[in-house]
Amino acid sequence: MVDAPSRFGEFWRAYAQNRGAVAGLIIVGTLIALAIGADVIAPHPPHEQYREFTLAPPAWHAGGSVRFILGTDPVGRDILSRLIHGTRLSLLIGSISVAISLSLGAILGLVAGYFRGIVDIAIMRTMDVMLALPSLLLAIAVVAILGPGLINAMYAIAVVLLPHYVRLTRAAVLAEAPREYVTSSRIAGAGSLRLMFATILPNCAAPLIVQATLGFSNAILDAAALGFLGLGAQPPTPEWGSMLASALEFIQRAPWVVTFPGLAILVTVLAFNLMGDGLRDALDPKLRRSTT
Amino acid sequence: MNELVVIEDLHVDFGTPARPLPAVEGLDLAIDEGEIVALVGESGSGKSVTALALMDLVDFPGRVRARRMTFSGRDLVRMPDHERRALAGRDIAMIFQDPIGSLDPCYTVGYQLDEAIGLHGHADERASAAARRERALALLREVEIADPAARLSAFPHQLSGGMAQRVMIAIAIAGRPRLLIADEPTTALDVTVQAQVLALLMRLRREHGMTLLLITHDLAVVAETADRVVVMYAGQVMETGVVPAIFDAPLHPYTQALLDALPEHNLDRARLRTIAGVVPGAHDRPSGCLLAPRCAFAADRCVSERPRLRAFDSGTARCHFPLGAP
Amino acid sequence: MSAAEPPQGANSAPAGGSAAAQPQAWGDHTSVDSSALLEARDLARHYRVSRGYLRGHAIVRALDGVSFTLDQGRTLAVVGESGCGKSTLARQVTMVEAPTSGRLMLDGIDVAQASAATRKRLRPDVQMVFQNPYASLNPRRTVGALLEEPLVIQRRGSGAERREAALAMMAKVGLRAEHYGRYPHMFSGGQRQRIAVARALMLRPRLVVADEPISALDVSIQAQVLNLLLDLQQELGVAYLFIAHNLQVVRHIADDVMVMYLGKAVEQGPKEAIFAHPRHPYTRALLASTPSLRRGRLASI
Repeated sequence: MVDAPSRFGEFWRAYAQNRGAVAGLIIVGTLIALAIGADVIAPHPPHEQYREFTLAPPAWHAGGSVRFILGTDPVGRDILSRLIHGTRLSLLIGSISVAISLSLGAILGLVAGYFRGIVDIAIMRTMDVMLALPSLLLAIAVVAILGPGLINAMYAIAVVLLPHYVRLTRAAVLAEAPREYVTSSRIAGAGSLRLMFATILPNCAAPLIVQATLGFSNAILDAAALGFLGLGAQPPTPEWGSMLASALEFIQRAPWVVTFPGLAILVTVLAFNLMGDGLRDALDPKLRRSTT
Repeated sequence: MNELVVIEDLHVDFGTPARPLPAVEGLDLAIDEGEIVALVGESGSGKSVTALALMDLVDFPGRVRARRMTFSGRDLVRMPDHERRALAGRDIAMIFQDPIGSLDPCYTVGYQLDEAIGLHGHADERASAAARRERALALLREVEIADPAARLSAFPHQLSGGMAQRVMIAIAIAGRPRLLIADEPTTALDVTVQAQVLALLMRLRREHGMTLLLITHDLAVVAETADRVVVMYAGQVMETGVVPAIFDAPLHPYTQALLDALPEHNLDRARLRTIAGVVPGAHDRPSGCLLAPRCAFAADRCVSERPRLRAFDSGTARCHFPLGAP
Repeated sequence: MSAAEPPQGANSAPAGGSAAAQPQAWGDHTSVDSSALLEARDLARHYRVSRGYLRGHAIVRALDGVSFTLDQGRTLAVVGESGCGKSTLARQVTMVEAPTSGRLMLDGIDVAQASAATRKRLRPDVQMVFQNPYASLNPRRTVGALLEEPLVIQRRGSGAERREAALAMMAKVGLRAEHYGRYPHMFSGGQRQRIAVARALMLRPRLVVADEPISALDVSIQAQVLNLLLDLQQELGVAYLFIAHNLQVVRHIADDVMVMYLGKAVEQGPKEAIFAHPRHPYTRALLASTPSLRRGRLASI
């Protein structure tokens, strides 16, 4: 037998074949670096208002200066610095919302798919009701109950994303639970808890991982929408969506105030989507190969 | 005898051109009209790939090349694609191992038969929906399916394995093929059904003069059905011979070892005789005889020099020291 | 025998009194000797299948009254075709499902009526090897983890002891130590089946249910795995409930044979008797259909 490559080595080789996915990964890496080092990298503090320089254009326009590379917003805050600090918030929103949603959704999906019967029906019908409501309205409703703010926006987004993870997990569990290796563990004496979490769940991980990266971009977009509506991050928090909201009236006069936050959202969402696609392609064939 | 299929020096490689993974290496095969030839080998022997190459079903990244590959005198290698496709469904037909999996699960049996008849049937059979249905019923009766009218509206998952295999055979013979390739047609079936399906194939061959290329790893099935046997190992032909002579006095050690491993040849022993080792993988193909690492009779010459396929009275063998021959 | 034995759990001695000798029931093929390892009496398993909305239920009699005995260290081959109930039987014997009626005695204890706690205690005594070597091993676990998992579940031994036991078993089934950290998809079908056999034996079961363990393998590999099973039986004294459809293989490995058809045992007895003088027409049909080199050309119909 040939020298066996490590699992990660195999996975990386499959992943790296997709150049878009690698690009996505690099961008996401850069974003993480920006988020961690925001205090050091950003040229100005995000809340500092420079009264003399309100609505300054970007450096390459007439009237712009290198001091504010991407210009300033209506109250004189440096857009670049706010964007960099906003990275931290967006990644935070994405991670926490997806983490909550994924864990809760995976557990519910596991329980529904493993036990079937009335438990399955109860969980899935609840999810169906949640899915029937338009996601933004649902998020608004949750925030309305909990009160506006970034943390509550994260909970709202987690609620909105939940049914997708439940359905995905349940479908994967339904496919894996009758497989012989599960019966093999049952015969060895494994109880329900061990079977669900140690035996079945790891084999359902691939679609969940893919959905999680795509969910990241969903979360960021939803947070931006909530922020835009004034229900998410409250000013002066440099969240990209609320930056868009407060700048809407200046779209004619000072388009850069709107454009750059929008671009930031676009690039981030695109990067996560590319990563998600790459993960799906890399995980699927391996999954197929190992189960053929 | 009328040669129906002639293949000379067939190579099928996978992998990249820089690092090819040979699935079939230098195969010669000739099938006469009306005979039953069995292609025998274990996993990795290249027997299925050979059939796929004949049917032009080897997809990228597989690469097929042959010095000569003809069917009824027509050159398959240089034939234009559309002609090859017409040939592949009509004059050469193929059935596969997993009958239920080989049928489209979304369409009824009747629909799939209708499709086959519409593509390959005679003009009068294709003419109208009613004519096609008549032909479909006739085909189902031909493959000994009871109550054919009811089966037309059945879906593949509603059929048993044996019945699905009969449906596959019906679809395959819709074009009245001259050659039927059966790739492990009975491996997934129960033993009584297996006997029935084999008997069906033999009957079809007798009544319609159809030539049969049977691909299998089951030597007992071969002994009961085939006229000639081609034994393959790791992509090469190791021995060819006539049934039953080849089983009584095989020339190649591999054939002998396969026979020795059968339980029915080990009735007097507690442990079965086995062939040590495993089939060479893609990366450790011996430069000499492919069987040398596992052969009980391997000598120095076997390791250094790859034997060529030589003709003997009873058949051909690729061995420097064939059994029972000088 | 290997030097490292996994420490025994608390399941060595069967609890409860031994069953008293039963009167010979009509058509009772079981011996009255209740010291047999496994004894089934009129074992039945029915499934209720819905025929659709408002159309009531049908009853599928997957197992319809099967009786047999199996002694320690012997092999009982169960032969039959699709739908005969052999897979259902496997599920009953390995206690994955409870029978609908009848008795199933493991060492004198009726597992059909037993409590969940008793069944849990008896589990390590009955293990299983599956047919499909590509589906019966968890693709996310290394060989070492697969072999150690039964010990982990049953809480036997420390980490180091479990690892030693796994390596010892690997050597016994012909795997090399460097395979310990590899994943199943890196192995061939025959090697995977060896891993499956090793895993089944980790708990030192008294009985192994082998559900067509070699059907999916090449001919020469079948011989290797069959030899392995025979060797292990001799060394460890384990009993086999060997489910197969290939009568040639059955002839080689079985002591007793039970032929099943549509959920019932239509004929059973010692191997030589079944092969030499099959009495039931179905048995005869099976034997007649089994291809053999000796018989020569199939008679054209």
